[in-house]
Amino acid sequence: MSRSKNDLPDPLILAAAGAGIAVLATGAALWQRRRHRESRGQEETIATDAPHWTLDKTSSRALFGKSVLINRPRAELYAAWMPERFPEFMENVVAVDDLGDDVSQWTIKAPAGREVTLVNRITERVEDTSIYWQSTPASDIANSGEVRFTDAPAGRGTYVSLILAYDPPAGKVGRLAAKLLQREPEVQARRDLHRFKQLMETGEVTTNASPSARGAESPAEPHI
Amino acid sequence: MRAVTWQGRHKISVETVPDPEIVNPRDAIIRVTSTAICGSDLHLYDGYIPGMRAGDIVGHEFMGEVVETGASSTLHRGQRVVVPFTISCGQCFFCEKQQYSACDNSNPSETRDVSELMMGHAMGGAFGYAHLTGGYAGGQAEYVRIPYSDVGPVVIPDGLADDDVLFLSDILPTGWQAAVNADIEPGDTVAVWGCGPVGLFTIQSALLLGAGRVIAIDHFPTRLALAKKYGAEILDYTKVDVREALAEMTGGIGPDACIDCVGMESHGFTVDNILDQVKVKLLSSTERIHALRQAILACRKGGRLSIPGVYGGFADKFPLGQLMEKGLTVKSGQTHVQRYSGELLDMIQAGKFDTVSLISHHASLEDAAEMYRHWHDEQDLYTKIVLKPGLAKGAVSARQEMEHA
Ligand SMILES: NC(=O)c1ccc[n+]([C@@H]2O[C@H](COP(=O)([O-])OP(=O)(O)OC[C@H]3O[C@@H](n4cnc5c(N)ncnc54)[C@H](O)[C@@H]3O)[C@@H](O)[C@H]2O)c1
Ligand SMILES: [Zn+2]
Ligand SMILES: [Zn+2]
Repeated sequence: MSRSKNDLPDPLILAAAGAGIAVLATGAALWQRRRHRESRGQEETIATDAPHWTLDKTSSRALFGKSVLINRPRAELYAAWMPERFPEFMENVVAVDDLGDDVSQWTIKAPAGREVTLVNRITERVEDTSIYWQSTPASDIANSGEVRFTDAPAGRGTYVSLILAYDPPAGKVGRLAAKLLQREPEVQARRDLHRFKQLMETGEVTTNASPSARGAESPAEPHI
Repeated sequence: MRAVTWQGRHKISVETVPDPEIVNPRDAIIRVTSTAICGSDLHLYDGYIPGMRAGDIVGHEFMGEVVETGASSTLHRGQRVVVPFTISCGQCFFCEKQQYSACDNSNPSETRDVSELMMGHAMGGAFGYAHLTGGYAGGQAEYVRIPYSDVGPVVIPDGLADDDVLFLSDILPTGWQAAVNADIEPGDTVAVWGCGPVGLFTIQSALLLGAGRVIAIDHFPTRLALAKKYGAEILDYTKVDVREALAEMTGGIGPDACIDCVGMESHGFTVDNILDQVKVKLLSSTERIHALRQAILACRKGGRLSIPGVYGGFADKFPLGQLMEKGLTVKSGQTHVQRYSGELLDMIQAGKFDTVSLISHHASLEDAAEMYRHWHDEQDLYTKIVLKPGLAKGAVSARQEMEHA
């Protein structure tokens, strides 16, 4: 299922109707960036080939992007990037439930034993190349993102890039979500991406689980 | 089980801790029969390696018997194996290039961040060596969990004693890689700084790789005597001007290759608050690089510099202009142990290396604290210590008086 780029996806129209303005904002951040990038050339004076998510100062970015080299073929990685498998390598994801029509509900661990729910819709798929998603108004955290698969040179496998935008809504859930985000949105995404790499390359997620003389630690669980 | 733990600077204790468990399919558990203390462990002991936590199990040179295997381990119960200190997956870009110590998967997601912040890229995993290299429990213990057990461990044929092969875990391949990195040409003169275990294996390796002459530098008589026994000419740096002696021994041009087997303990790191302080600390840290400086100045123009000695951060007064103007080639790094295991095992069996006479002491694992103290304070007498979990506490056996050459 592929959409033309100028078509607003349904969730955005829904969001604009009222319930989640923030969804629109984050969606817009990603989409604008893409359009910006695509139209560059006419108005851009300073030429750069840097990925668009690296352009602003870190502190003023609306986007987070991170790439890893994975020593597997592009098609295999594209096929493995499916919501059903996310709990295998996304540490904070407790469960992903398929709601049909490319919408899935994610249950995410939050501080103090709470949970946060994301409801995301896949808005565009380009076979073996990229997957885009966008949260729906039902989502506790407005977010949108893209995962991109590019052939690495010299038979090294694939560059996998994860690009995210997020914006927690106000209110009680919002504060919880903000806390969650503040704690580690980017750290978590980076770590998840590395776990995906580990899983795809080695068949398992790396863990340092081992004994220590610290009473609270279990030899079967990872520790920092 | 019993295990040697780091509790703080100059504080080592043997504790009872939980046994390791199989966690991933490629894991295996081994029962340790021999485990050595390394020069690298001194850097931990002195508290200069950031990322240690009180209670960490140390040790990265060990071997033993396979007692349990995960579903996809290729090892079998009862096999005797030596385990490389580097933990390497075998399947990432770096492992495929045989740059095993740079493995991009073995340092877990949780621990690689700080490592990346400090070094620019996350270091590969290693046993018993701080959380910057993965936070894995070490081998100075009764049992160890071995990740990727289908890639690293070297299965030892019957008839070879522990002492013959134990050093395949680190210092033998480290000495070998140090000499390989010196790109030795037939007849070369090679200078080696430091006659600790790493230097002693570097000397043997350089001669096997075709050096015409190896000149070894240290100040401990017993270590210098071992160097001589392995075929080196020796310089006691307390008795001569090392650069003058090297120049005079090479018709003024200097050694073709210089190898730094001293390494340096970087100052200025604290274990606390690493995440917050690391940037500041990096900028204020200094290394003692005396031997390295001397090696650069002594080396012949167009020569090669190999650095197996461990450094941790930024160094002051590094002779960069000298390095550039003389056109030296530099190679360095943690050892890609798995790359050399097979050929070095063959060479041990063919009797090419003396892997045994540098061992000065065998002791019980229970006496580890005392042995660390000796290793730190009495480097002349203690040239290599092997701990045996099987020995009773107090059962220390020392090498016979060395016949001085
Ligand atoms: N690259 C690797 O993978 C790797 C592996 C193992 C060890 N290492 C490192 O190699 C180094 C040596 O290890 P080791 O076990 O032989 O340690 P060691 O402490 O036993 O030996 C170091 C020797 O250097 C000598 N020395 C000190 N200053 C000197 C100077 N200015 N000139 C000449 N000699 C000097 C000391 O007297 C000592 O004998 C350490 O830094 C260790 O961390 C690196
Ligand atoms: Zn070592
Ligand atoms: Zn690897």
